[in-house]
Amino acid sequence: MMATSSSPADSLAPPSGRPAGGRGARPRGGSKATGGLYVAPIALWITGFFVAPMLIIIAYSFMARGLYGGVEPRFSLAAYRALINPIFARVTLTTIWISVASTVLTIALALPAAYYMARSGNAKLLLLVIVPFWTNFLIRIYAWIAILGNNGFLNDLLMTLGVTTDFVQFLYNRNAVITVLVYTYLPYAILPLYSTIDRFDFTLLEAARDLGATHLQSLARVLLPGIKTGIFTAVLFTFIPTFGAYAVPQLIGGQDSYMLGNIIARELTITRNWPLSSAISVVIMLITTAGLMVYLYLNRPRKRA
Amino acid sequence: MNGSDVRIERVSKSFGSFTALDDVSLTINRGEFFSLLGPSGCGKTTLLRIIGGFEEPTDGRVFLDEADVVPIPPNRRHVNTVFQNYALFPHLSVSENIAFPLRLKRTPEADVRRRVGDYLSLVRLNDHAHKRPSQLSGGQKQRVAIARALINEPRVLLLDEPLSALDAKLRQQLLIELDAIHDQVGITFIYVTHDQQEALSVSDRVAVMNDGRVLQVGRPFEIYEAPADGFVAGFIGETNSVDATVVAVNGEMVTLDTAHLGRVLVTDDDPPAVGEQVLFTVRPEKLRVTKELPSQISDTTNRIEGVIDEPIYLGFQSKFYVRLGEGFIVKVFKQHAKYLDEGPEIKWKDKVWVFWSADDGYIVQSGR
Repeated sequence: MMATSSSPADSLAPPSGRPAGGRGARPRGGSKATGGLYVAPIALWITGFFVAPMLIIIAYSFMARGLYGGVEPRFSLAAYRALINPIFARVTLTTIWISVASTVLTIALALPAAYYMARSGNAKLLLLVIVPFWTNFLIRIYAWIAILGNNGFLNDLLMTLGVTTDFVQFLYNRNAVITVLVYTYLPYAILPLYSTIDRFDFTLLEAARDLGATHLQSLARVLLPGIKTGIFTAVLFTFIPTFGAYAVPQLIGGQDSYMLGNIIARELTITRNWPLSSAISVVIMLITTAGLMVYLYLNRPRKRA
Repeated sequence: MNGSDVRIERVSKSFGSFTALDDVSLTINRGEFFSLLGPSGCGKTTLLRIIGGFEEPTDGRVFLDEADVVPIPPNRRHVNTVFQNYALFPHLSVSENIAFPLRLKRTPEADVRRRVGDYLSLVRLNDHAHKRPSQLSGGQKQRVAIARALINEPRVLLLDEPLSALDAKLRQQLLIELDAIHDQVGITFIYVTHDQQEALSVSDRVAVMNDGRVLQVGRPFEIYEAPADGFVAGFIGETNSVDATVVAVNGEMVTLDTAHLGRVLVTDDDPPAVGEQVLFTVRPEKLRVTKELPSQISDTTNRIEGVIDEPIYLGFQSKFYVRLGEGFIVKVFKQHAKYLDEGPEIKWKDKVWVFWSADDGYIVQSGR
């Protein structure tokens, strides 16, 4: 019955003239001139406050060091030569390790939280995520010192409960830095994840279940690909700031968690080697950009033939 | 082809204080095209979701091939669903959408290719295999959803208003195609719709639902010609219904005293008792309307005078709203064909006769 050539289905194909998907149409109205006007304020802002400082940093990194800070205005590769030093390699590796670990942990915690928030449909939960921003960032880090310190709440609790007899050294190590970084950037990961999961069509999960997927399979094969952009944003929002973290390792960290941000601060304020701190900044920029490129490459839209 | 495939036994479902299904029992035969028909909120989708395993009944049991499936999760039921909004996976191509169930079972690649190819041909989408769902038209998406639901070779295919998002012409075409697919795969189809025309045109049997209950189960012509109650009569097609009292019964010929149509003769092979309160109903297409009463008219033809209140030209037919003496409006459908044409054209405010045979009306008895 299906094999007859003049079935009604033949007429179901879209007319050949129509572009599939309807994409690629020019937005209507608005000449190029007015369009330029619309973006002028943000273009000026970005040029003045982001592009120009970045160019200054790059320029400084190729200059000679001034005696009391600042730079001598002549070309020099001294700063980059100084980077060829096992200390920088070690600190860079530490920084990558800490920021990757923090990012993975943050996403792992943010995903279920955002999923629950989106499915519960309770907007008040979103407010709870934003509440920490009402307190100053530094105050919140000091609060962690009060919690994790040797005379802090956690040690008090453990000793009162008799779990330990002496205090446990929670602070000033890599784990403490990762813990506080995860705490700090969790809301930044939850918000983009929540907004994509909230828009996700949950009947797709039912369809997957219907077609034979277990609960976990439906999440892995349908939900995760569906919220890829949200995960991508959350990873960027976590990885980039943790890679350049300064305050957290400075206040919570120790020898094993000395990060690139700390070296930059030291070179800028104590050693007063501005070209070197600029060169480190350039390296951070290159690494985060490279990371971004790899990520974009791995997530490129694939055309299957 | 005989025997029951799906058996719903006294199923109830409540959401909080709202009762979506109230003691529903149904038996759906193997290979049947069975429709659940009713207005939105009547519980038809909830019943479908219970069969699919997405909702658990508050009470009652669901048998699939004589096995109680209530405790079985949807992924292990031999039932697949075509969802109302298609629910295609946007990140997968057409062929990967259809292959999804096979990939879950880690079917060998050669097998996957062959079977996906078969089902692509079944729904005539071979040329679109590598497109994304977003590049397809509504009708094409629907056919991907059907192929994807069938590739697991389920015992029962559930269709939840599968055509509601499409325009009227496409709906008709897909409906015919769906019927052809049903004939070809030979499994049970359970089709949920609020559109009585869809339900009547392709179903082997139809269950009419309202307020969480099944009001009538029957073949399409039974539902249309012999509705079980006033709701079914009114919901399936258009009709003229009036309250009536039985005043005389002579064999199969019943005389009614109706609220607006006066004395009416109607035949009924299971006539009610004299004095019983019933509902009299007659379909608009069974009424004739003329300016002059034909000279040869039998004694068992009901006739009534009225004035054309609203003539509506619909192309393939005309609708007349005829106002009777008391202001009651009777709907009449008239076909446009010369051989049916009685005399001059009927216009607004014309005085007309409406008449129909006693065989064409029917009595809807309460308490049956």
